[in-house]
Amino acid sequence: MLCQSCKERTATIHLTEISGGQRSEMHICEQCAQEQGIVVKNQIPINELLSTLLSAQAEGQTGGAGTAGIDPSEELSCPVCGMTLKKFSKTRLLGCPNDYIAFDEPLRSLIERSQGGHSRHCGKTPSRAPSAMKNHMEMMNLRRQLEEAVKAEDYETAARIRDQMQQKL
Amino acid sequence: MRPSDLSNHISQWFDGSGPGADIVISSRVRLARNLGGFEFCSCLSFARKREVLYKLKEIILGLDLGQDLFFIDVDNSSSLEQDLLVERHLISRQHAQAKGPRGAVIACNESFTAMINEEDHLRIQVFKTGLQIKECWEKINRIDDLIEQQAEYAFDPEYGYLTACPTNVGTGIRVSVMLHLPALKMTGQIEKFYNAAKDTDLAVRGLFGEGTDAVGDFFQLSNQVTLGFSEQQIVEEFAGFIVPKIVEYEIMAREKLLKARPDMLDDKVQRALGVLRSARLISSQEALFLLSHVRMGVNLKRLEGISMATINELFMLTQPAHLQMRQGQELDPDRRDAMRAQMIRSRLCQN
Ligand SMILES: [Zn+2]
Ligand SMILES: [Zn+2]
Repeated sequence: MLCQSCKERTATIHLTEISGGQRSEMHICEQCAQEQGIVVKNQIPINELLSTLLSAQAEGQTGGAGTAGIDPSEELSCPVCGMTLKKFSKTRLLGCPNDYIAFDEPLRSLIERSQGGHSRHCGKTPSRAPSAMKNHMEMMNLRRQLEEAVKAEDYETAARIRDQMQQKL
Repeated sequence: MRPSDLSNHISQWFDGSGPGADIVISSRVRLARNLGGFEFCSCLSFARKREVLYKLKEIILGLDLGQDLFFIDVDNSSSLEQDLLVERHLISRQHAQAKGPRGAVIACNESFTAMINEEDHLRIQVFKTGLQIKECWEKINRIDDLIEQQAEYAFDPEYGYLTACPTNVGTGIRVSVMLHLPALKMTGQIEKFYNAAKDTDLAVRGLFGEGTDAVGDFFQLSNQVTLGFSEQQIVEEFAGFIVPKIVEYEIMAREKLLKARPDMLDDKVQRALGVLRSARLISSQEALFLLSHVRMGVNLKRLEGISMATINELFMLTQPAHLQMRQGQELDPDRRDAMRAQMIRSRLCQN
């Protein structure tokens, strides 16, 4: 297929536009696309995104005025499940729902880039209110502390945490 | 019902009876969901995984879907049983290979399956024959509502349904079709299809076999973006625009082949049939490749006396785990190739 614009080179970019319920197609070559300021967004593979995410994180940690007082070795981690950005970048899988809050900024840019620039859900919502989210997080947090206390044979703390969990139920 | 009971017949969604099924073999919609108050699977302890499995299993087995449902304990299934489920697309390869308590609830006609403790706590899928994406969505949406009455999903007002991998966040929806595109492949236009898919944020995979290489001209096309659009928008764009467009291209390529090079077409079809009718050893790769040509021959009415049902049946039932399950034992590749060849000969020579 020839480029619609220069009618010389082969069209390698195929665009579909929807406006006013009408669809129109455009077939142009890369050069003409550039000249006309058409940006072709490509799906960036998630591995690539993750490695940039991680290096950005590392840069942020190597000093600078803004990070004074923060131990550079202290890596951002989720208080509920213990997930770190480093671990996430290896497995590509998050550890718990709270990670979406714990890694707010770096994750947001990753999501935007892997979701075609979108960052807001506008689909279905559960009919029951997801109000218990915060409560869930606290419970998961307590359960983790409880496991640690039991492992350390600190039964006094364990009993206290168990009481706290009882109250929340 | 046991996995071995499935090895003698094809899945309903693969029977070739749906609208446009000569090109769009089947449609599928999948939703990814997680339970609130539980870590995602990768950080979930053994005991808590068992809790999730038990909870979701009870809820889903209790649903009234107008179909008998049965549960398969994937963790305690043999590897042959797991492979059979993967070959039938009832569970994913990832689910088969995962560790710890996990299972699947499957409808008897295989139109619905729920994977529990795969990458997410719950992945529900609806399959239909032919191009019926909207119908799949309507059905799965109802099922999702029913489950939600009894389970609380991890949901965030901004990000939507929270998933273990951020590439599924938002709607958690994956819409896909299985396509048979032999003419596009034969006329060297499949690259165009790949490029067009990439431009519109779609993913293309081979349908059979592992990896991304499409064996036998079968492709699986699915959406990539799950956030920022409603489920209806995603379904509408896919079913109403993208898929019809590809179908149109394939039809054009077929017509062109028929008109310009009918001898070449007949030669490919007849050679494929000749090998399938006489081979004594045939690998699953070769079988897929040749059956694909015969399938096109049947679709274009260049072959008499062979039904589409027979061809579809051979695609599914000659896969390795299916062959072994019917024999009731594991077989080495040579034995499998011999059995496959024999099965194909007997089906293609009798009619
Ligand atoms: Zn041009
Ligand atoms: Zn976490």
